[in-house]
Amino acid sequence: MYDFAYHRPKSIADAVNLLKSKPEARPMSGGMTLIPTLKQRLAKPSDVVDLGGLKELAGIKIEGNNVVIGAMTRHADVATSADVKRVIPALAGLASHIGDPQVRNRGTIGGSIANNDPAADYPAAVVALNATVTTNSGKHTADSFFKGLFETALADGELITSVSFPKADKAAYMKFPNPASRYAMVGVFVAKTGNNVRVAVTGAGPCVFRVKEMEDALARSFTSDAIKDIKIPADALNSDIHGSAEYRAHLVTVMARRAVDAANK
Amino acid sequence: MNAPTGIGARVKRKEDQRFLTGTGRYVDDLPLARATYAYFLRSPHAHARIKSIDTSAAAKMPGVVSIFTGKDVAEAKVNGLICGWVVKDKHGQPHKSPPHPVMAIDTVRYVGDTVAMVVANSHEEAKDAAEQIHVDYEVLPANVDLATALQPTAAQVHAEAPGNLIYDWELGSKPDVDAAFAKAAHVTRLDIVNNRLIPNAMEPRAAAAEYDKGTGNYTLWSTSQNPHVLRLILSAFVLGIPEHKLRVIAPDVGGGFGSKIFCYADETLVCWAAAKVGRPIKWTAERSESFQTDCHGRDHVTQAELALDKDGRFLAMKVETIANMGAYLSTFSTAVPTYLYATLLAGQYTTPLIYANVKAALTHTAPVDAYRGAGRPEATFVVESLVSKAAQEMKIDPAELRRRNFIPPNAFPYQTPVALQYDSGNYAPIIDEAINIADYKGFEARRAEARSRGKLRGIGFSSYIEACGLAPSQVIGQLGGGVGQWESAQIKFNPTGNVQILTGSHSHGQSHETTFAQIVSDKLGVPIEQIEVVHGDTATTPFGMGTYGSRSLAVGGSAIMKAADKVIAKGKKIAAHLMEASVEDVVFENGTFKVAGTDKAVPLGQAVFAAYVPHNYPLAEVEPGMDENAFYDPANFVYPAGTQICEVEVDPDTGVVDVVNFTAVDDFGNIVNPMIVEGQVHGGIVQGVGQALLENAVYDKETGQLMTGSFNDYAMPRADDVPSFKLGYKVTPCPHNPLGVKGCGEAGAIAAPAAVMNAVHDALAPVGVTHVPMPATPLAVWQAIHGAQAAA
Repeated sequence: MYDFAYHRPKSIADAVNLLKSKPEARPMSGGMTLIPTLKQRLAKPSDVVDLGGLKELAGIKIEGNNVVIGAMTRHADVATSADVKRVIPALAGLASHIGDPQVRNRGTIGGSIANNDPAADYPAAVVALNATVTTNSGKHTADSFFKGLFETALADGELITSVSFPKADKAAYMKFPNPASRYAMVGVFVAKTGNNVRVAVTGAGPCVFRVKEMEDALARSFTSDAIKDIKIPADALNSDIHGSAEYRAHLVTVMARRAVDAANK
Repeated sequence: MNAPTGIGARVKRKEDQRFLTGTGRYVDDLPLARATYAYFLRSPHAHARIKSIDTSAAAKMPGVVSIFTGKDVAEAKVNGLICGWVVKDKHGQPHKSPPHPVMAIDTVRYVGDTVAMVVANSHEEAKDAAEQIHVDYEVLPANVDLATALQPTAAQVHAEAPGNLIYDWELGSKPDVDAAFAKAAHVTRLDIVNNRLIPNAMEPRAAAAEYDKGTGNYTLWSTSQNPHVLRLILSAFVLGIPEHKLRVIAPDVGGGFGSKIFCYADETLVCWAAAKVGRPIKWTAERSESFQTDCHGRDHVTQAELALDKDGRFLAMKVETIANMGAYLSTFSTAVPTYLYATLLAGQYTTPLIYANVKAALTHTAPVDAYRGAGRPEATFVVESLVSKAAQEMKIDPAELRRRNFIPPNAFPYQTPVALQYDSGNYAPIIDEAINIADYKGFEARRAEARSRGKLRGIGFSSYIEACGLAPSQVIGQLGGGVGQWESAQIKFNPTGNVQILTGSHSHGQSHETTFAQIVSDKLGVPIEQIEVVHGDTATTPFGMGTYGSRSLAVGGSAIMKAADKVIAKGKKIAAHLMEASVEDVVFENGTFKVAGTDKAVPLGQAVFAAYVPHNYPLAEVEPGMDENAFYDPANFVYPAGTQICEVEVDPDTGVVDVVNFTAVDDFGNIVNPMIVEGQVHGGIVQGVGQALLENAVYDKETGQLMTGSFNDYAMPRADDVPSFKLGYKVTPCPHNPLGVKGCGEAGAIAAPAAVMNAVHDALAPVGVTHVPMPATPLAVWQAIHGAQAAA
């Protein structure tokens, strides 16, 4: 990797100041994407601002009907949290299948959603559960947060502080892993709250997206049969040696059906 | 002696203490004073002309010691790398031998070809400087698609090999085979692509070299499977350093699978440049470098046909194969798709007539050479895919069709129509045992149960033959091989009775330190704790041929047995003297010399001590010391064989293939350590399952970029991709080596791809699928199912 200056600020304000004062600075939470990128010399930041010292950003709380997860909370902590398992078990299940044990013990929820890798798992949960992303300067709704390939609504120097997930009546996540990397090639998160159903798909396209037609069908009848004939268009989906766009489109329906079945169990 | 550490015992691996506690010593661990670090600038293009290389900016970078380009190497008269096996084409002409410079001079021929070498005070500085080297390339059209590599429109890789053809080779009589096909009741035809694999040893290739100006001696540490052969090639052909001035050490090596047999440009350059810069040089491949520059494996395009009579008896087989050589001919590349492939096409069967035609093609890809099984997995895949397809087409049970065509046990030694003479075997009891273990009878019930869960269950057989322990040397020579195929051993007792076994074999995961110690413990009655196995250093061990082709026990172990026989013979003379008996009356049992019918006894340790402290010793007849060596050149290959049965469940919604049951019954001859053999079989099966379902090296057909250049895209098998294996053994001892052993290192990888793919095809037959390409990835299976649905 190229040389950079390393900082480990003690407060969010210090971190934000550092990021704002150095245009080529990069924040680092778990480093599970940034470190490999640096090692491959694919990034050359002037400064790396390690958020690991911001203890107030880690932790899981129950606030009313919501599970509030601090941005620096590790996947392993979400996966094993009794609170998360009780209130939104699908979310704990999702976290338990991110990467491998090493990644789960380093990677954080804030890092994952700020990076918005098209194959990451968390964005599907954030969108399907209609979570709220809180930052040092404000709040973002799930639908407004993910903007495109590795793009979010975060402004320069804006740091996620927590993500608040409302409890759903029924929810489940089904992932079809890439055979090599085991990232989501297609991951579908389905959540039902009252009469409202949200279906969020990660891995298949350049950015997490919702499938309105499935949501409407599931709102009428929350059964896997209700969506079995819904085919999503392949045009805008990813295509690579592991999966054509057509195959991914097909898998979206298969994984959505399985998620509904799992949610109904 | 039947001590718990002898032959047949499940002795825990002696080497595990250091490997599992992180105290192994690998090339990269070497502390070399004043070391410099090499970094190789690699070609980003599959095919390009180098118009110019400007190293001036790089040379000024911090920490840079030296920069070398192809021009420097050529001016220093470093020769190119060699291909050590001359294959004669069907007209008797030797194969085309395009040059293989250790660094590209004016043309790069694959992504990863070496363009420049930077030597600096640290790896990072070398890498920083390499980024400042400016290479002006004229990008040329690339030829990376094997199927079209021999067509006139394909870009030419080397002028010395017109049409990209290295050889057009054949074995057998085409007219005889054609005549047999004309009379056949049934012909099964198959188009096969044997997918290209990347070895991915856990330890990447590494080299370190030191030049002693005072003595003129070079020391090269390398991740080599055969340090003496590497030294021989570097000395006699490439660098011209006299053999006695070059010491090659292959210390602990973390896996090879064949990829570390060969002499590579990197280690050659590290050795050469160490003298130029006057400081030691270290180099360890980065993982992406390994992906790009380790020799790859397999990569065949084949059309195969099997002719059968109305009862399903095999009449003849015809095989046409194009084999990928990559951009340069690696050390043993030419032999793999010929003498290690076509000679195995008889399999376990009495097929009387076989014709094979193999065309070796150049492409703008990394060199292709031996990889676990080397030719034999490709042959087994052809034969066993054909047999299973024939069984399906003729509606004969696949086990029954195999049994009907097995070479009967009374036919051994059996001369195949493809040159090999099988020494021993008994195949029917193997398949019977496999069927029993796998509960073949219960399969249809399991298939129906799976169907009720929406899964398609299938079963596949693979009855493989393997020829390993290449031999004998005379035959290898007649076939164009450039080396002998014997192995060496030295058994060196110390005065206090403990033992060093020095072997020319090399262990890089095969457990020689345990297996070889067990042989000596068994044979000489020495406790295993008092035995040390030494290997991998040309300065301390006798010249050896190294480890590949499952040869170490059959050939290297036999050499150890010969040396042990010499120890016993000498010990008998010493003991006879000590017991005042006649040598003829002395017997050796359980580590002790005895005179039959008396209570006279001399333990081996006492005879050894007498040999080193010869105060009461037959000096007139026997030399002091106990240090015996032996070279063993086998009479024939050894022929392990077995049957694997794989059961899969396919999820038709996603195309995912789940291996749910896997049985392997093998005949490895006598077994020294069943636990170690199981480990070898497990690892081999996983590699075979990997080839069948996951692994595939893909180059972009236009640009020649390696699309699967990291573990993100190259799918390695993992523990949860395979079930717990069910293993069994049948033993027909090898009749021509003193241990009666065959070889177990490659069997799993040889047989498994066909077993898995036959199971996949069996599972998908009910939904109309007739062909799935290997690897049967979820995408490939889903496309096959949807293709069949569309066609229906």
